[in-house]
Amino acid sequence: MTVKSHWEHFSHQADVGVRGIGATLEQAFEQAALALTAAITDPGNVAPLKMVRLSCSAPNAELLFADWLNGLIFEMATRNMLFSRFEVHLKKNSLEGKAWGETIDVASHRPAVEIKGATYTELKVAKREDGSWLAQCVVDV
Amino acid sequence: MDPARFERKSAYEWHIRPFGKMRVPGVIFASEDLLREMDEKVHEQVVNVAMLPGIVKASWAMPDAHWGYGFSIGGVAAFDVDQGGVVSAGGVGFDISCGVRTLHTGLKVEDIDKVKHRLADELYRAIPAGMGSTGSIRLNDAEMDAMLKGGARWAVERGFGERADLERIEESGCMFGADPSQVSAQAKKRQKDEMGTLGSGNHYLEIQRVTDVHAPEIAAAFGIEQGDVLVSIHCGSRGLGHQIGTEFLKRMVIAAPSHGIVLPDRELACAPIGSMLGQEYLGAMRSAINCALANRQMLTHLTRKAFARILPGANLPLLYDVSHNTCKIEEHPFDGVLRRLYVHRKGATRAFGPHHPDIPEAFKEAGQPVLIGGSMGTASYILAGTDLGMGLAFGSACHGAGRAMSRHQALHRWSGRQVVDDLEMRGVLIRSPSMRGVAEEAPGAYKDVTAVVDAAEGAGLARKVARVQPLICIKG
Repeated sequence: MTVKSHWEHFSHQADVGVRGIGATLEQAFEQAALALTAAITDPGNVAPLKMVRLSCSAPNAELLFADWLNGLIFEMATRNMLFSRFEVHLKKNSLEGKAWGETIDVASHRPAVEIKGATYTELKVAKREDGSWLAQCVVDV
Repeated sequence: MDPARFERKSAYEWHIRPFGKMRVPGVIFASEDLLREMDEKVHEQVVNVAMLPGIVKASWAMPDAHWGYGFSIGGVAAFDVDQGGVVSAGGVGFDISCGVRTLHTGLKVEDIDKVKHRLADELYRAIPAGMGSTGSIRLNDAEMDAMLKGGARWAVERGFGERADLERIEESGCMFGADPSQVSAQAKKRQKDEMGTLGSGNHYLEIQRVTDVHAPEIAAAFGIEQGDVLVSIHCGSRGLGHQIGTEFLKRMVIAAPSHGIVLPDRELACAPIGSMLGQEYLGAMRSAINCALANRQMLTHLTRKAFARILPGANLPLLYDVSHNTCKIEEHPFDGVLRRLYVHRKGATRAFGPHHPDIPEAFKEAGQPVLIGGSMGTASYILAGTDLGMGLAFGSACHGAGRAMSRHQALHRWSGRQVVDDLEMRGVLIRSPSMRGVAEEAPGAYKDVTAVVDAAEGAGLARKVARVQPLICIKG
């Protein structure tokens, strides 16, 4: 069965949950990264002009997922950028990622919130019954 | 939540008897209505915190409690180092030392009526707000460390404010025990451009008017009267605090088994106070407290300059500055002995009663000012700490209205433009770079702040002193 990769937000009382679904674990991570951007602005309005490389490692897939999002949050904050295209390569306990985006333009992106960090609340990385992968957590805004 | 799940001790105090691995009872301070509205997760989180090693007396939740990370937002817990107590990065949260400071202006509502729009525009120009905004100064490595050591004291020494301000800030503006060498290069990098910025989300700078005075003698000690114009700033330690929270959360989760700690929830990541990791976190977390104090001090300076351009001669002395995401060492009597405890307040405000040695001389008789931020359209409150509150939850009270619905739900229900227009009709000017951000922070997305402070007062945690209402709100 083919799974259409997609992202979604889920409700948390104070903050936002980000969820990525994909045919592979990598795709789920990439989709969740899009959900992260979508908490700030419409990813469709962010041009993938410049590429940034990220790498992270953690003892398990769930902490690695939180690390991936926290890596992106760090890059957004220190480079003053937003990202709209992602590529993830996973090895056992490490991740090599690329993110493409552009410098924040407040007038056109109108960022709704600044994300403080990816939390371990509702943190889950799992294979679903239909064979697709899910990666999710709540982010603190 | 169903009140039947609790043992009701009074109209505002609900107990959970220890069960399973709970070491102490859980206690929620709330009216029955607020308790019914609370998310089930609050119960679960209060119970989980009660399982942590070395917890003393109880795991508390304040009347504004809602579903947080590990701890509920509005959670308070104290740990004793002699009983294997822990310090928890999750128990402080990502926005370390987020807090509220309130300034007097010496002005009455009628003094600013004619210049209100100009003042709103000038403040919006002067205060960097929202994602992508940067501060006016960049700190080199030596200055970054000096700031992390010195807090608001550092800011005043660099010309951002007056020496008198320091007397009106917790810890006299400088948190003791900060160790900038425990703050990672990444955390410092994240802060480089963010000194003197407001941030986003629920952070704001408001011009407010005092609508009601509930306790005239305490209000007099605080220097406030009905009709006064005040300024309140709500923000925290910016990127530096967020990065420290992120890094130590991971380190504490990974190290927990080596410390023999079984975490009921990963977000409760903690380490024994006496462990190397615990001490490293304390050094970094206290640095973040200083970052927050310096940041609010710099925003105060920018606010004063903006006021001076529109209302020359206006003087803006500090009423008080209090943080609501911290872990601090405090002495409290328990079991007849004075104990030195590590008190975590996550979305809860310190609320020390009269004559406590840590509150400014001017408030000795009145008790510590407790600054409660509401939502932008409704109201905020100034409370005072009480003797009774010292014995209830080690001198702690609520911190705000607390969200009633998620950002997601708010975004579907309101348009930002409509919220801004409606509030302007009611005399509240909103300035924000993001209409979506405004919609997510719509007043209706928050609980009724009056119900929250009434419950705090009813429970005896703090006393209601004055109600304030926004006139201008700068939102990130």
